[in-house]
Amino acid sequence: MSIFIDNGTKLLVQGITGRDGSFHAKQMIEYGTQVVAGVTPGKGGQHFEGTVPIYDTVYDAVQATGANTSVIYVPPMFAADAMMEAAAAGVKLIVCITEGVPVLDMTRVYPYIREHGARLIGPNCPGLITPGQSKVGIIPGRICTPGNVGVVSRSGTLTYEVVNQLTRAGIGQSSCVGIGGDPINGTNFIDCLAAFEADPHTKAVAMMGEIGGTDEQEAAQFVKEHMTKPVVGFIAGQTAPPGRRMGHAGAIISGSAGTAAEKIEAFKAAGMGVAQRPVDFVELIQARLR
Amino acid sequence: MNLHEYQAKDLLRAAGVPIPAGEIATTPEQAEAIAQRYGTAVMVKAQVHAGGRGKAGGVKFCKTPADAREKATAILGMTIKDLTVEKVLVTVAADIGSEAYVGIIVDRATKKPVFMVSAAGGIDIEEVAATTPEKILYYPVDTRYGLLPFEAMRMGFFLYKDVKLARQAAKIMQQLYTAFMNAGCSLAEINPLVMTPTGELVAVDGKMVIDDNELDRRPEIAALRDESSEAPSEVDARHANLTFIKLDGNVGCVVNGAGLAMATMDLVKYYGGDPANFLDIGGSSNPEKVVNALRIITSDPNVKCILFNIFGGITRTDDVANGIVTATKANPLQVPIVIRLTGTNEEIAVKILQDNGFSASNDMDAAVQRAVALATGGAA
Repeated sequence: MSIFIDNGTKLLVQGITGRDGSFHAKQMIEYGTQVVAGVTPGKGGQHFEGTVPIYDTVYDAVQATGANTSVIYVPPMFAADAMMEAAAAGVKLIVCITEGVPVLDMTRVYPYIREHGARLIGPNCPGLITPGQSKVGIIPGRICTPGNVGVVSRSGTLTYEVVNQLTRAGIGQSSCVGIGGDPINGTNFIDCLAAFEADPHTKAVAMMGEIGGTDEQEAAQFVKEHMTKPVVGFIAGQTAPPGRRMGHAGAIISGSAGTAAEKIEAFKAAGMGVAQRPVDFVELIQARLR
Repeated sequence: MNLHEYQAKDLLRAAGVPIPAGEIATTPEQAEAIAQRYGTAVMVKAQVHAGGRGKAGGVKFCKTPADAREKATAILGMTIKDLTVEKVLVTVAADIGSEAYVGIIVDRATKKPVFMVSAAGGIDIEEVAATTPEKILYYPVDTRYGLLPFEAMRMGFFLYKDVKLARQAAKIMQQLYTAFMNAGCSLAEINPLVMTPTGELVAVDGKMVIDDNELDRRPEIAALRDESSEAPSEVDARHANLTFIKLDGNVGCVVNGAGLAMATMDLVKYYGGDPANFLDIGGSSNPEKVVNALRIITSDPNVKCILFNIFGGITRTDDVANGIVTATKANPLQVPIVIRLTGTNEEIAVKILQDNGFSASNDMDAAVQRAVALATGGAA
């Protein structure tokens, strides 16, 4: 069991002939992900690596292959259109790896995706993996191993660090999801926590947050009110200096700056375990699996 | 990217917002000449990327041109939050009846730009938000439709009971919204929005922060960047496509990924050290980036030890190893280096490093502990 993706995931890759898209498409195929189609306008009719059919549009790709998930590796200025194209074609899970998408673009994309009944993960995220079944994005497959710990994180390489330490300690993962660090993203901590709570195979959750915003505090509230499974949290940026802030609007809307201290307080108040260092996840999770 | 007040005002003025005339001066003589030309009382305002300019003495009212010259002499060259004032805005002083606040910010929670308006504007607006939140109206805007006329009017009436004033305010909100969207802002605000004793609304101060991700498609906005107002090392890093923030400690950190970079700094602190910087070499691997990262870090005389923490995903650790070798051959290091790398092509990277006299570990905690010990002069 898992969340969001499994061996029934039929993936299409938007931007499959680009530098990043082609590299990671190969990695995903090697991992065992069912990559059923690629999309690059103007290259319809060709094949990627001689096997994966390429289409001009997402609509054509979905009609021909029944792809239910899309991963996006297009340049930032085209990413908004790519996400909406996937939603319009009926893709139900859209994962946008692209970094640097303007946030005002996301103010249009987010409601569009929702109205089409799709789920977006990202942008600016490493994607997700269900070890042993399917990988969508760029999380290195060999650091993961199947198991029953759910992992959700705002960061990329910090996720790898923690997953790697879990794997080396013999703790496998049900699914690992990188939700991305942009101000507006498609899936937040609560969405993932709710999915892990509902997944019978997941027994505990490791969650990595960062300073800024209030997502972690809201997630802690959700853990307190709705979760029966243990959750261990970490906040990166405890030593980050306060920025030179311009204007008053940021402080008016958030009240405080979303410091590490207040997030850790929220975790403790919700009865969550708090990892001070990435390596602390190992012991804290082990204790909760016993 | 932060804009200066005068740049934000130029963009707001172009969108139609009423703003008192103003010009930039870099010398006291220029400030005097501008005031002379206006023939009215003026404000002389420091142009730096920092809040609290007024409280720091960087904003002064001047009755005469000679007064403007004197105040400009004091303000030019002064330091506000570590930033030296190179320019002042000399602007016609408005008669102030009342002060309102109008701002827009991209809000994570509603995933929309949110207007915030309050009749209790001025420098204490944050205090207003904290103690009397009912005095602020929050209004999210669906960017697919834009700011609708009735929405702008609702905010206008929240500020002013009088319909003429409400209409003026609604128009200014439309203009502010247009400027916000056209410049690709993450924040834009007018504070204060002044009502003069004769019942005219004017924007007396304006701020804009541009989403860096917008700059590629808005070259005219990107051209407004004022590199003289930023730390030289941060400018250098941006040109090298690195994200760098200078700090006060002595352990220079080179990390891939922002989350891991912050976690590394936290771990340096956890083991009793102090990070000298935040530096993210980003996702794509490129030996050149590592060369630039080392150059920037070693230019900081406080750095007593360099710590690499690389988790190779997209980043190939052999590229990082090659970068370290290239950089140190060109410029031999004067301080010790601790290298932790793991992930993509780790075996190749370790071999490259060993062949060139470096050692590497794959354990983050051990590497950080060693770097802290070396930086503090203890046994490693």
